Amino acid sequence: MLYREALNRAYDEAMALDETVVTLGEDVGLYGGSFRVTEGLVEKYGEKRVMDTPIAELSIVGNAVGMAIGGLRPVAEIMTGNFSLLAFDQIINHMAKLRYMSNGKITLPMVVRFPQGVSKQLAAQHSESYEQMLCAVPGLRVLSVCDVNYAYHALKHAILSDDPYIFIEHELLYNKKGGVNFDEQLDPFKARIAKEGRYVTIVSYLKMVDDVMTAVPEIEKELGCSCEVIDLCSLNPVDYETLKASIEKTSRLVMVEEDHKTGGYGAQIVSWAAEELFYALDAPPLRLAGADVPIPYNRTLELASIPTPDSIAKDVIEWGRKNDV
Amino acid sequence: MNKLEAENIYFEMVRGRAFEYAAKEHYMQGDISGFLHLDIGQEALSVAAVKAFEKGDIFSTYREHIMAMARGIEPSAVMAELFGKASGVSGGKGGSMHLFEPSHFFYGGDAIVGGHIPNAVGCAYARKLQGSEDGVMVIFGDGATNGGAFFESLNNAATQKLPLLFLCENNGYAIGTAITRAAPFKEQVKKAEPYMLTYSVDGMDAEAVYNVVREAQTKIQEGHGPIFIEAFTCRFEGHSVSDSNAYRSAQEMEHCKAKDPIEHFKAVLREKYLLSDADISTLEEKAQKEVDDAVTFAKAAAEPEVDALFEHVFAEEV
Ligand SMILES: Cc1ncc(C[n+]2csc(CCOP(=O)(O)OP(=O)(O)O)c2C)c(N)n1
Repeated sequence: MLYREALNRAYDEAMALDETVVTLGEDVGLYGGSFRVTEGLVEKYGEKRVMDTPIAELSIVGNAVGMAIGGLRPVAEIMTGNFSLLAFDQIINHMAKLRYMSNGKITLPMVVRFPQGVSKQLAAQHSESYEQMLCAVPGLRVLSVCDVNYAYHALKHAILSDDPYIFIEHELLYNKKGGVNFDEQLDPFKARIAKEGRYVTIVSYLKMVDDVMTAVPEIEKELGCSCEVIDLCSLNPVDYETLKASIEKTSRLVMVEEDHKTGGYGAQIVSWAAEELFYALDAPPLRLAGADVPIPYNRTLELASIPTPDSIAKDVIEWGRKNDV
Repeated sequence: MNKLEAENIYFEMVRGRAFEYAAKEHYMQGDISGFLHLDIGQEALSVAAVKAFEKGDIFSTYREHIMAMARGIEPSAVMAELFGKASGVSGGKGGSMHLFEPSHFFYGGDAIVGGHIPNAVGCAYARKLQGSEDGVMVIFGDGATNGGAFFESLNNAATQKLPLLFLCENNGYAIGTAITRAAPFKEQVKKAEPYMLTYSVDGMDAEAVYNVVREAQTKIQEGHGPIFIEAFTCRFEGHSVSDSNAYRSAQEMEHCKAKDPIEHFKAVLREKYLLSDADISTLEEKAQKEVDDAVTFAKAAAEPEVDALFEHVFAEEV
């Protein structure tokens, strides 16, 4: 099953299970979603539950907040993360805060789906990643899905949960293939150990996990050691327990993310490790991230602006040699 | 419009269409990537509006190749940008959706729907402050008129009596959603009526577009304040090259293509401006040659150096 099909299945099952689940967004209905995630839902559940909206992102999220107050379970699709900036007032000032400000009287069972990241040559206004901003807001659950099985379980969990969720997807993952175990009980807040290893812990999320996995054989060959790869899956909350166990075992931490390095999400993981695990570390942590530039259109420049399997391998090997890995 | 202007507009429309087909072909071959939004079917509007708004600043959206060329940006510089080359009008950093040339008073190429409208308001404010009379034209689709930025801009421009021409290209669709499913009426001009003088025009008729934009710019130059024009048009292709266009029926497409603005204007050239078939062929051949040359140029042009990645983030290095 494809990643987008897994998400579609999660929607479908949640909508069948609970008739208060509705979805809204640009082109989600008749068109089937610009990444085909909502394909077929309008035929099955009708236009009252699958709503095409105008190009008005603030209203998409703001209306979803109101729908949730009114007793529905809305799933809002923001066509891509860059356009979500128009909705950030609703996301931060309303979606994230109403429960707390009302002393728990208002509950917002809602999800904002959030495709983002550097796809292929879409230029700066179509390439951003916003997990760093979203995770800096107390009151939002933030999931960042890499694995297909996880995608299905995590989205279904998010839709049926009583909290406001941001569900981040990477645009290059939609056609990823993977098996889904429908009967499994999967905890969406638990990090996934993508690969076990002994000497280096490489932490990542979203598409970068796959790029790290591509780089690992080369790293292991050159450094002569095995790497453990952790897919965070959930960015808020973070499964620090799994991270701690892994870093205590390997004594080394590499953090890989696609977003710009300054202020990027990985700074959170590395600063946590510095505070909590300083004496467990045998080497300074390595942080690999995108360059601090708007993403350029030209393919060569675009690839130079973000970590790639090649650059990840090269940078980790260099760091490993310098630090006696 | 005089004969020379008419010939020139026809030439640019034909060149625009040839350019778009060439871009599509090279997209299929992998020379061009990312999003490619073609303007085929909307040439009359894009060319005539830009030609009529002779002086002054222009802000546009991602469907802007033809407007950029009508503004005087070389087809080779536009094509090289689509190819991501260093000699592209944005140095290969912007691509199809982001063509900028301040020396021609042309500012994009903005890919955030409606995002450039407030920018145009600000520029109009600057021009008013500077005592310039030419004004600013902001071009956007029908889909952009449902966002907050649009309504805020109408209000601000009208309150401050800014020299700003709002030009709505109503092609009936925002990607796959028909405007009538996203707004309570088809005519988006109704949204501007309480704020300013408005016009509606057939966007498939180059002469009509030219005349109405000319009139509007003249009024703006006379200190009239903001004006809104809605031009009804029809795109012949999908929203972008990767859009299958499946939401429009064969019948609807046939109806749309029957209004081909190039065919329509060709007839005007013959009847009103008395151009012969040979005159018309000469223009068409010249247009095709410019496009072929642009492709040859773009193909041979150099890639940007990798160091360019860090250039132009700031004006001043610290
Ligand atoms: C703020 C924002 N939301 C969504 C998008 C995705 N998007 C790109 S073009 C488009 C449709 C715009 O339609 P319209 O304004 O009518 O212009 P047209 O493409 O028809 O020329 C959408 C939804 C975007 N680029 N920006």
